[in-house]
Order: sequence, then C-alpha cells, then structure tokens
Amino acid sequence: MLAKRIIPCLDVKDGATVKGINFVNFRDAGDPVELGKLYSEQGADELVYLDITASHEGRKTFLDLVRRVAANISIPFTVGGGINELKDVDALLNAGADKVSINSAAIRRPELIEEIAKNFGSQVCVVAIDANFMSSEADTPAQWLCYLNGGRIPTAKNLFSWAKEAENRGAGEILFTSMKHDGVKTGYANETLRTLSLSLGIPIIASGGAGAKEHFRDVFIEGKADAALAASVFHFGEIGIKELKQYLKEEGVIVRVI
Amino acid sequence: MNVAIIKYNAGNIYSVDYALKRLGIDPIITADKEILQKADKVIFPGQGEATKTMQYLKAHRLDELITGLKQPVLGICIGMQLMCKHSEEGNVDCLGIFDAPVLKFHAEKQEDKIPHIGWNTITNLKSGLYENLSKEEFVYFIHSYYVPLNEYTIAETNYIQNFSASLHKNNFYATQFHPEKSGAVGEQILRNFLKL
Repeated sequence: MLAKRIIPCLDVKDGATVKGINFVNFRDAGDPVELGKLYSEQGADELVYLDITASHEGRKTFLDLVRRVAANISIPFTVGGGINELKDVDALLNAGADKVSINSAAIRRPELIEEIAKNFGSQVCVVAIDANFMSSEADTPAQWLCYLNGGRIPTAKNLFSWAKEAENRGAGEILFTSMKHDGVKTGYANETLRTLSLSLGIPIIASGGAGAKEHFRDVFIEGKADAALAASVFHFGEIGIKELKQYLKEEGVIVRVI
Repeated sequence: MNVAIIKYNAGNIYSVDYALKRLGIDPIITADKEILQKADKVIFPGQGEATKTMQYLKAHRLDELITGLKQPVLGICIGMQLMCKHSEEGNVDCLGIFDAPVLKFHAEKQEDKIPHIGWNTITNLKSGLYENLSKEEFVYFIHSYYVPLNEYTIAETNYIQNFSASLHKNNFYATQFHPEKSGAVGEQILRNFLKL
C-alpha cells in the first residue's frame, strides 16, 4: 500500500535554515544539510527546501546547497523559491533536486507548467499555491483566493479553479498552503483540502497549521491529503518524526515506519 | 570495480552517481561505447519521457549497445520501461529486452492519484538483488506508467493493481522504483547489485 508522506520543509536564506511564522518573522533552525539528514534518519519521506534569498549571490549559494543535499541525503527532495523559467528548473534538477516547486511564476505565466512537464515530465512539477479565505472586494462573499510572492500580493484567482488549471496544464502535485492556518498550529485546512483532493486526480501536499500529532491524522483521514508538510513543529523538536509515524500507524494511517 | 552510468537525455542521472559515491564507488557517467562495454556493472537510470529518450538512444546507437551488454545491467524507472517491448507513453517501440508492455495507470476510484508518488511496499522478492531484505520493504516510486506482472517479475507492488516493481532476465535487472532515493533499503539493493 502507498504510504502517506511526512515532509519537513526547510526555508533557506543565505545557506541557513529559517522558518517564517505567518510569513513574516524568522527564527533560526540550523544547518539545512545536517537538519535534512537528521529528518531522513528519523523517517521523513521527502524534504522540501525553499530558497527565500533574493540576491544573485544567494541563488548561487542555494545551487551549491542543492548539490550538497543530493550528495548527502538518500531520500527525495523538492526545491522551490525564485524559479521563473525553464533554465532555473534545469539548473536545479542538474544539481540533484528531484522535483521543483513553482508558485508565483506559474500564476504570472501558467505556460511554465506545460514547459516543465513537457521537458522534464509532470512528476517533477509541483505547483505550490498560497491561498486565503476572503473577499476580493467589499460586499462580495468570501472565497479561497490565491496569493503571490509568499503571501504578500493577493490575486483574483480562485484556489479550486487554479489548482484544476494547473493539473490540466501538467502539474504532477499540488502543494496547498492555507495562509489562514499557517503558523497558528490549530490544524490543517481539512475541509478545503478534502474538496481539493476530491476535485483533482493528482496528489495533494497539505501545508499550514500543524501543531500536534492529531493534526496529521486528521489531515490524512479528514483532509484526504496524500502528504503533509510542516516546518516549525519539527525544527523546534515539538514533534519527533519517529514518534509521529508510530502514532499515525496506531491510528490506522498507512505510513513508512523505519 | 568499474561501474558505468549511461549518459543520455534523461533526468536524475546524478542521483545515482551520488548514491554510489555514498557506497564508496566512484562511477563514470558516459555514453562512450567502449567504456560501457568494458565496465563491470552498467546502470541505466533516469526520469523522463519514453519517446524522447528512445529517439535519443537510437540517434546515438545506444539502443543496440545496451541490448548487447553482457555484464550485469540495472535499469531504473524510465530505464526499466525503456528495456521493455513497447510503451504507451507516446506509443513507442522500446529496446525489447523484457517481452512486456508499459501501460498508463488509469484511476479506478477517486483515491487513485496519478502519478503514483511516494513510498510503497515491494513484495514477493526474488533474485540476488533482494538479498538481506525483509519480505516487505518500502521504496520510493514516482511514475505514471507501469509494467504489468509477467514472467520476468522479481518484485511486486500494489497500486490500483499489482504491477512489476522489478524485472530480471539473464544479466539484465530493472527497478521501477528509485533505489538511489530509497534510504537504507535502496542502499542495500544497490549493494546487492554491485555484488552480482
């Protein structure tokens, strides 16, 4: 049976791991390669490295980091942040990344999804979506709307229609972050995730809201997610991946326990 | 030991290089026919699309080279699919080492997401490739096409239906999953291959 995946996410700036709390404040959480290796040994199923460096030098540092991760870690990893065109994807895959995650660039130019799928295969193309539940204008009913630039710029794009479009264009997976839940630690956006999962034929990675072991059980059972991503609960040792997997197994969720 | 990795237009070739280096082997990544023929072991890895990769193999005459290899050869993911007879991906004839088709996954129920991505179990393990492993192990898959069970199957996985996670015929071995991305279990499988 296919196991549900647990994915620690490491935000990287200038070669070091950081975690955004509600996308604004950061706290340091160690060396990205060492941390990834530790998670891998504890039973993480995949890793996500997000480059939040803006500068040109920083991008080169990130490519070096991707090479170091590929050389040292024997589980798959996805990289994201600042990917705008096919040559960015090519460089990251050549450095050893297994998948790339695109976000704002895909909203700005959706053809990028087709280009990646055609040149490297759908399986390497993760479309990340940051969305929040709100009204686009006053007096209109609230809905899930997509955001650009790490949740800073709102768009009029609806989460469900954009996710479907991304699938049709060749995305291999959707990584959905609920901005409403991110950093709050009260559980994932299960109802929304369930609707999303039932409307798509590709796997869904849930992100935003993990604070307790029960939240992971709920996102798999109620939210019907294929994978669950989290950052600070792992980085600050609030939940150990080994004990989390053991707990999920006892709760009847299929997981890989090592 | 001389281990050669076939260089062609598929992705993820370097992951195998890194995985072997972690085992203390320094492989050569090459499309050079003489080097490939003389290597002790040959790995045919990658992720990619069947039509494009087959075109490339033919254009560089790597197709006849691969089918003629006599030493242990390990095909991984698209490498395994290209070693089969025909692929539904682009409806293309492949190398024909294994007389088996490559078919597209079709979802039977809503939960059946395609691609098949993640850790799944391999069972009914046969051959030296799976020595020192338990009856059931988790390994990492990422694919949208599969090879049905057939006479060459040496490991099975269930996703939508039972399919071939691994094949073996004479000196040719293949895995649909990625041993280079499958943690300690994958390392053991690569070590076993190096001992064949």
